[in-house]
Formats: sequence, C-alpha cells, structure tokens
Amino acid sequence: MSVHATKELQAYWKENLVIIMVHLAIWFFVSFFCGIMFVDQLDKFMIGGYPLGFWFANQGSIFVFVILITTYVYMMNNLDKKYDVHEG
Amino acid sequence: MSILTWTWILTGLSFALYIYIAYATRAKSTGDFYAAEQSVPPILNGMATGADWMSAASFISMAGLISFMGRDGSFYLMGWTGGYVLLAMLFGPYLRKYGKFTIPQFMGDRYYSNSIRVLSLLCAIFVSFTYVAGQMRGVGVVFSRFMGVSINMGVIIGMALVFFYATLGGMKGITYTQVAQYCVLIVAYLIPAIFISMQLTGNPIPQLGMGSTISAEGAARLGDATTQGKYLLDVLNGLQKDLGFAEYTSGIRPRIDVWFITMSLMIGTAGLPHILIRFFTVPKMRDARSSAGYALLFIALLYTTAPAIAVFARTNFVKSINNVEYAKAPSWFKNWEKTGLVKFVDKNGDGIMKIAKGKWDDPKSANEVKIDQDIMVLANPEIAKLPNWVVGLIGAGGLAAALSTAAGLLLVISAAISHDLMKGIVTPDMSEKAELLWARAAAGVAVCIAGLFGIYPPGFVAQVVAFAFGLAAASFFPCILMGIFNKKANKEGALAGMFIGIVFVAAYISYFKFVNPAFNNKDHWWFGISPEGIGTVGAALNFIVMYVVGKFTPEPPQEIQDLVGSLRYPGKLVVPPSAGH
Repeated sequence: MSVHATKELQAYWKENLVIIMVHLAIWFFVSFFCGIMFVDQLDKFMIGGYPLGFWFANQGSIFVFVILITTYVYMMNNLDKKYDVHEG
Repeated sequence: MSILTWTWILTGLSFALYIYIAYATRAKSTGDFYAAEQSVPPILNGMATGADWMSAASFISMAGLISFMGRDGSFYLMGWTGGYVLLAMLFGPYLRKYGKFTIPQFMGDRYYSNSIRVLSLLCAIFVSFTYVAGQMRGVGVVFSRFMGVSINMGVIIGMALVFFYATLGGMKGITYTQVAQYCVLIVAYLIPAIFISMQLTGNPIPQLGMGSTISAEGAARLGDATTQGKYLLDVLNGLQKDLGFAEYTSGIRPRIDVWFITMSLMIGTAGLPHILIRFFTVPKMRDARSSAGYALLFIALLYTTAPAIAVFARTNFVKSINNVEYAKAPSWFKNWEKTGLVKFVDKNGDGIMKIAKGKWDDPKSANEVKIDQDIMVLANPEIAKLPNWVVGLIGAGGLAAALSTAAGLLLVISAAISHDLMKGIVTPDMSEKAELLWARAAAGVAVCIAGLFGIYPPGFVAQVVAFAFGLAAASFFPCILMGIFNKKANKEGALAGMFIGIVFVAAYISYFKFVNPAFNNKDHWWFGISPEGIGTVGAALNFIVMYVVGKFTPEPPQEIQDLVGSLRYPGKLVVPPSAGH
C-alpha cells in the first residue's frame, strides 16, 4: 500500500498547490506585469521621487518577493500542523 | 594609513578567518563533504546561499551595468532575485525531502535512468565551469587593482585559498566560510552606499535615498546649487537628456526581450546546481522553505542597494567629470586612469572633458571619456571622499563575493565527478573512504582548471554566461519541476525534452555569439528575443516535448510514482529505496 495515497495527504497536497498558485500569481503580477508589461502606464504615477513602474522594476518587485516567501513559509508551517505532518 | 595598507589588513584578516573556519569545520564523511550532514541552521544556510549566489559580477559590475542601462537594467534585478520565489515553493523543500546529495543523482533516480544522470552531470559541470571562470578572473582583478600584485599572482593566491578550504571542508567547510564571506561582502557593499546616500539626500537608507530630494550638502557636493530640493531621479533624468541619452527612468530595450530575459534569469537561477544543492544541507523540509526566504532577504539587501548605487554614482560621475577641465579633474579620476578603467581622450583639443553618446575610441562620437562599468562600485568610496578603510573594505568584499561563488561551483563539479560518475556509474561498490578521496581530488583538479581559466581567460567568457543561465533554464528547471509535480513524467519524455531544450538553446546562442555575431541585434532575433532570453523558449520547448513524448511512452514504474508522492509530505514518510540501479 502506498502510504501517501490517503485522502488526508491528498488534501494537504491540494491545499499546498492552491497556496503556491496564489503566491506565483502575485509573483508574476509584480514583476512581469507591473515591472515590465505595464511599466510605462504605471510611470504616470509617482511615489516620492519614484515613477511607480520604475520603482516596481528596480525595488518594489524584490520587496514583494521577500514578503511572498515569508507568507508562504508561514502558511505552510500552519498547514503542516493542521494535517499533523510537521517535523518535530 | 594608506588605502593599500588598509586593503592588505582587511583582506588578510578576512582570509585568516576563512582558513580558521575551514580547519574547524573540515569534513569527515561523504555526508559532510556533499551536504554538511544536513545540519546547517536555515538562517546560516540563507547567508551561505547569498554568498554562493552573489558573484564577482554581482558585487563589482552589476551596479555599474545598471547605471548605463537605466530601467532596462531591471532584468538583472528582478531576474536574479525572482528565482528564489520559485526555489522556495517549487524545488527546495521537495529536494530536501529527497535527501540525497547531488542534482544529477536526483535526476537519475527520479527518471530511473543512468543516461539522464550522465546528461545531467555533464550539464552541471559545463554550467559550473562557465560560471567559475569569471570568478577566478575576478579574484585576480581585485588583487591587481587594490593590492598592486599582478592579476596572475592574484589568481594563484585565490586558488590556494579555495583549494585549501574546498578540498578540506567540502560542503561543510564551504558553508561556514560562505557565512563569513556573506558578512564581509554585505558590509563592504552597504557602508559606502549608506555614506553616499547621506551625503546626497540626507537619508541614510539608500533604497529611500534614491527616491528622495537632494539635500543642501548634496547640492554642494554636486557643485550645483540649483539641484537642491529636487528629486534625485529628476536631476539624473535631466542630466541624461542634456548629454543626449534616454531618460534614466525610461527603457529603450524591446519590452518582449526584457520579459524573456527576466524569465530566463529567474528559471535559470532556480535551475543552477550550486544553488539547488544548498537545500540539501538543512535539517528539515520546512527549513528548506525558510532558508530560501532568508537567502532572498540577504540577497535583496544587496540587490535593492545596487540600483541606488547606480543612481548615486551616475549622478556624481557626470557632475564631477562632464564639462570639467582635465587639468582640474578630481584626484580619483587620475588615480583610476592608471588602471585603464577610466580614460580621457581630448578629441577636440580644448582640454575639457565631455561625456556624450557613443564610444570614447570612436572618432565620430563626441564622447571623450571612457567609463568602465566596474568603476561605479570600485571607485565609489573615493568619489564620495570616504575614509581609506572604507576603500579597503571594497577589496575584501569583492574577494569574498568571488571566492564564495567559486567554492560553491567547484563543489558541484567535484560531486558530479566523485558521486555521480565514479560512485554512481563507474564503480558503484567503491568504499566511502575512496569516494571521499575522489571528491577531494576532483575538487583539487577543478580548482586548478578554474585557475587556468582565470590566468588565461578565454575571450568568450562574457559571451558564455548567457549559456549558463540558458542551459540551466532549458535543462534542469523543466525536468525537476515535472519530476516533483507530475508523477507521470517519465524517462523517455525527460530525455527527449532535455535533449531538445539543450540543443535549441545551444544552437541559438552559438549562432548569434560565435557563428554570425554581426546579426546579433533585434532585427535578426526571433520575435525580438535576444540570446540572453532564449532560455525561456528552450524551457517551454522542454516542457512541451516532455509532455507529448510522455503521452506516447510507458508510465514510470509504481515505485517511482511512490517516490514522487513521498517527496510531497514532510514527516515520517520514508523515501523508498533508491530506484533505477
């Protein structure tokens, strides 16, 4: 019998996949969308001395990347506990 | 004390520290040598990954490159950080659960095929050698610029140091040395940036200073009272326009090319073996996730400072050089002229330095000043008139960046030879002691070859860095991703996908870089995608071929599907015994 075929663990994996999808959607949005595809449109808005699109391309997307990994780590640690698969 | 004395003292101290750490953490087993006994705390693994990742090019050249490219340079910034999001979510934890030592081993086990293991080890060695050549050269260059020894002598000193700690300590020694190297390089990078940000804008945080207004002191330093109170970026945009360049905050590269290069660098990062193997060294799956987070945080410190340095340095440079009489040129300009990184050619004979579009050695261009990209970081402390010890720090930081990356790459090469080729394929019944000896010998030989690349740099090094990322993106990324997320991905599909991906990327890059360099421009690129961005297309081809071939060939055996299943969950589930041998 394969150990991982249980319903519980399949649900754990599905939840993980959903969390990954959401995070990657944001990852894609800030870098490829805000930082590249729509950078000129966003440049019409300013934050301080930064044109917004330029800020996303130079700084903002990187800050968001750091936040994304942090929330992923946090959510997955909770998920590990919820399904009781966390490592001691 | 002079800059030279400070450089020797700081470099000497840092080297002594590396040697001490290497001795204290020397490897005793193959588990130690390849994966530091999976005992590295995540925060330290994050620092080690940061040092592993940030190379001589990141430290010395990147800010300068960006300062010439303006917004177009953002593909380096996003591309070389965004990959960590992929590593944290798609690769790191599952590779840690797999729990063996090398990427070729994972590929061979997952796709139950020694052919894939051999193809992967060849890729790993090729990618790593491409990358390491630049590092050893970087060591030599830093030595020669800051310490007055020849480049070759510098390479040899660097070789001796890496030889010592890579062969002695393996992954364990390298990891803890990299932790120290990260601290050295980040301090060396941040201190001048903080000082300069203070001087120009009054804000000590460079990331904020870059978007702030110029202070009274800043205006005085720039020698232009009208700039006071204006946004720094606006002033720089104005300067760029006056000189006939595009505005700094605008881009001129085709959008599609920037998109593909960014993607290629991101997935290439996630496919580089020397970064992937760092996830084998932590105790648990969840540590792999958090160590990717720490790694990105530590990397982001430098990567968000770099664009600020680019803006400060560009503004400073133009203001203190353009339209200034050569006789009155600042002392740093004359100092660095000796190294050939900057140069003034008086084309119109008026004795005044003019910066303009075009090359300094092109008689048709009005540009009279040669500016090498590296000057922006190397001479930055002098331009800002910082104390000598800060200048000395830059040398130690550049060496830390180059040496740490070189060591990580050499370990990949050594493990590919001893673990994958010798133990895995040629003589599987080899004892652990013999394997360790092979690993050390391979590391030693690899250091020597890397050193030779440093002393006799093949002219194509700069050209082939695109290769390293393109190949990693087109070969490892799709196969590892499908290997974890699709239980049905099979040997035939992976082999075909990898083969097509590698051949396509190699052919495209070779054509534009070597066969027909005259055509290497956007009019001839397919869909406007440059060789730097073609890894994205290669990866897409790999995915498609793998999927289609997989549909028409047998599913992987049940034990492989079980193995994939077990990778997905932490906890007590045991990985089935290694298959495919």
